Formats: sequence, C-alpha cells, structure tokens
Amino acid sequence: MKEELTVKAIENGTVIDHIQADKLYKILSIIGIENFDTPVFFGNNLPSKKYGTKAIIKIADKYPSDDDANKIALIDPKAVINIIKDFKVVDKRQVQLPEKIEGFVKCFNPKCITNHEKVSTKFTVVKKDGKIGLKCRYCEKITWEDNIEII
Amino acid sequence: MKNKSLISINDYTKEEYFRILEVAAEFEKNPNQKLLDNYVVASLFFEPSTRTRLSFETAIQRLGGRVIGFSEATNTSQAKGESFNDTIMTISKYADLIVMRHPIEGSARYASEISRVPIINAGDGSNQHPTQCLLDLYSIYKTQGTLENLKLCLVGDLKYGRTVHSLLMAMSEFNPTFNFISPSSLRMPQEYKDYLDSKGIKYNEYEELEPNIKDADIVYVTRVQRERFSDLLEYEKVKNVYVLKNKMLDGTKDNMRVLHPLPRVNEIDVDVDANPKAYYFEQAENGVYTRMAIIALILGLK
Ligand SMILES: [Zn+2]
Repeated sequence: MKEELTVKAIENGTVIDHIQADKLYKILSIIGIENFDTPVFFGNNLPSKKYGTKAIIKIADKYPSDDDANKIALIDPKAVINIIKDFKVVDKRQVQLPEKIEGFVKCFNPKCITNHEKVSTKFTVVKKDGKIGLKCRYCEKITWEDNIEII
Repeated sequence: MKNKSLISINDYTKEEYFRILEVAAEFEKNPNQKLLDNYVVASLFFEPSTRTRLSFETAIQRLGGRVIGFSEATNTSQAKGESFNDTIMTISKYADLIVMRHPIEGSARYASEISRVPIINAGDGSNQHPTQCLLDLYSIYKTQGTLENLKLCLVGDLKYGRTVHSLLMAMSEFNPTFNFISPSSLRMPQEYKDYLDSKGIKYNEYEELEPNIKDADIVYVTRVQRERFSDLLEYEKVKNVYVLKNKMLDGTKDNMRVLHPLPRVNEIDVDVDANPKAYYFEQAENGVYTRMAIIALILGLK
C-alpha cells in the first residue's frame, strides 16, 4: 500500500501494477492511452519488493476489456490488474496469457496474407526457452516477442 | 474428409493419409473412373506452375470433371485490381471445388474460410504444398511397402525447401531415421531438428553426399538454387557437390529409390535415369493418382 501512495490514489477505476519498468510505455501505447478522456496517472522506476523497480498505471473510471487484458499479458505477463471501487481494491488479478490472440498483433511475415488483404490476424500462443511467440493461423510463421507489433 | 479443405499437411490425420494412399492405389489400377461427371473444378493459378497445374488438371480430366480457371494472374480480374477475397467469393459460386496456387503465404487458409466450396492448396508461397507431400508418401509407401522405420536421406536445399519440411513432418509419424545432406549454409532449420528431438527421432547431418546414402531406403533430392546464396562464390563451390551420379548408387540398398519433386536441373545426372532405382518420373505419375484420390475423397465420391 505504501508504494501505491507515490502515485495519486483513484476513487474508481483500474490500477495496472507490477509492470516491469521498461514495459511501461509499450503498455500505455497498446491500451490506447491517447484516446482516454478520464484522468490517467502513471509512475515509473518505483521501488518494488519483487523486481527492484516497477511501473504503475492508474486510470480513473475505466475498466479493462478482456482484449485489453490480453494485450497487457502479451507485453508483460507479470502485470497485475486491480479494479478499484470507492478507493478499495474489489478485484485483483494477474493477467493471463491467452491461448489465442486475435486481431491486434501484426504478423511479422511480409509475405503473409494478413499483410496483403483485409484479414484480421489470428495466432496461437507458443513458448520456447522462456520466450513468447505467436504462430500465425495463415502463414504458420512464428512472430517472437521481440518482433511483436500492435496494430 | 468430405468437404474438408486440404491446406496444410497437418490438417489430416495419419488415418486420413492412409485412406488417401488406399484410394490412390485404386485409381492407379483403374485410372479412368468418371466420378466427376457434372462437376466443375476451378484451377486457379495466381502464379504459374505448369507441372503442378497439369498434374491436377489431368487428375480432374481422368475423373471426367470439367476445369475452369487460369494459369497465371495476368489478364485476370486480380490484375484489374479485384481483391483476392472477391475472386474467391465469386468463383466459389461457380465451381464445386477450388484448386489454387498463390504466392502469398496463408492465402489458401484464408480462401478456405470464405469459400462456399472446399479448397485444395496447390502451394502458397514458401508455406505449404500438401498434395506434393501426399504423393511423396504414396511413392514411398508403394516402393517400400510401408512407411514405418525407414531411413530417409534428404539432399540439397534443406533450409528453404518447403517439400522436405513437409515430408519431414509427415514422416515423423512413422519412426524414421533421417540423414540431412546439404551445404552448411542450407542446413535443416533448428525448429525442425527441435521437433524431431521432441519426438525422439534420430537424425544426422552431413555435407558429403556419396558416403552417406549407402544405407538409405529413400534418397530425396532437391535443387540447390542459385538465388538462395548471397555469396555467389559459395554457390559455385557447392553447386556441383550435390549432383547425384549413377556411379554413386553402387553399394546402395536394392530397395532404395531416388525421389525428386521435379523439375530437375542438374542435381541428378541423366545417367541415373536408366537405373531402376531412379523413381522420379513414376513419382510424378503417382501425383496424378494421389490428386485424383484427394479430389474424390473431398467431394465425397469415394
Ligand atoms: Zn502470418
């Protein structure tokens, strides 16, 4: 609780906590922060018992969709989403990487149909040596986490 | 298998492979069965591939079906700017089955999602070409009497060769041993070796051809293409190393057969052709029976 005081508390909304410090800006961008019209607070390089430093994002009066949670899981599977009502945490969940990802990640293969026609991307999540990869339903190539680009 | 598109070799089970091989053998015994009377099959080649197209069209004609389509994308609606989506939507209203080849990877899978009729993928870029794989299985089965416990030598371009990758995946169901023979720059990609490791399948990697085919049941030769080399000096060094000559077949097993997806350039010397172990032209013939089987099964006529 003490750590959270370093960023202003919100009455209602969402707190995305335990974000790895270097993932903050990517998460802000994938949840589309520039389109939000309610207050958003974020902090980076905050002390964390688990990882040394962490980032945190607080969004007033907005609650994440499953799609948002999937996007966050893809960038930082260790992040935690807290739902806040009346300044209290009413729901706290570790983001879960889904088995399938649809629609918001670009296939890295320039020869893939999804980069040539209006076809929504569809991937199966695979893991190898601790790395996350997305296997394309169409071209069957794997987009590894370092190449993941959000559409 | 009825109405089930064939896009990737992994779409079909081991049992379905065998059903295809069984029906292919029936067609080989009796190639003129007019099962496709009153059927129209679209043969859409968005990029040219004469051999594959003629093989499919022969299969359709032998079954008594009629073919519509095109052999290259110029002069088609696509060339005039029609989307791929619209081409497939339209033609799936005309034909009972679509055979398609397209340079864009995943195009056949996408077509199968939007088409009213089943799709057979006749090659989507460097991704999949499942009927080639099934005709290879048929050729192996026919010459060896089994698919189990065979030793396969894969020769040539193992890095980019779609054909050898599909064959590796399909044969992995049958406890094979592999010898991979290629220049060091065109080795089998790690992901396929990881796959074999995960299934406990043995493989060896060699750069030398002749000494490493002696205990093989199948020697599968593919072309080393010049355009795969960024360093042309490197190409000049290896291009003649992977040429199979008749003399090299001395001391190989009696049941051994040489396969090649064709067209060949110079990677199998013509002096091999007269050797009874040369099987690539029969393999091409097998392609027609295998495609007849696939078409008949997908249309529910077998
Ligand atoms: Zn793709």
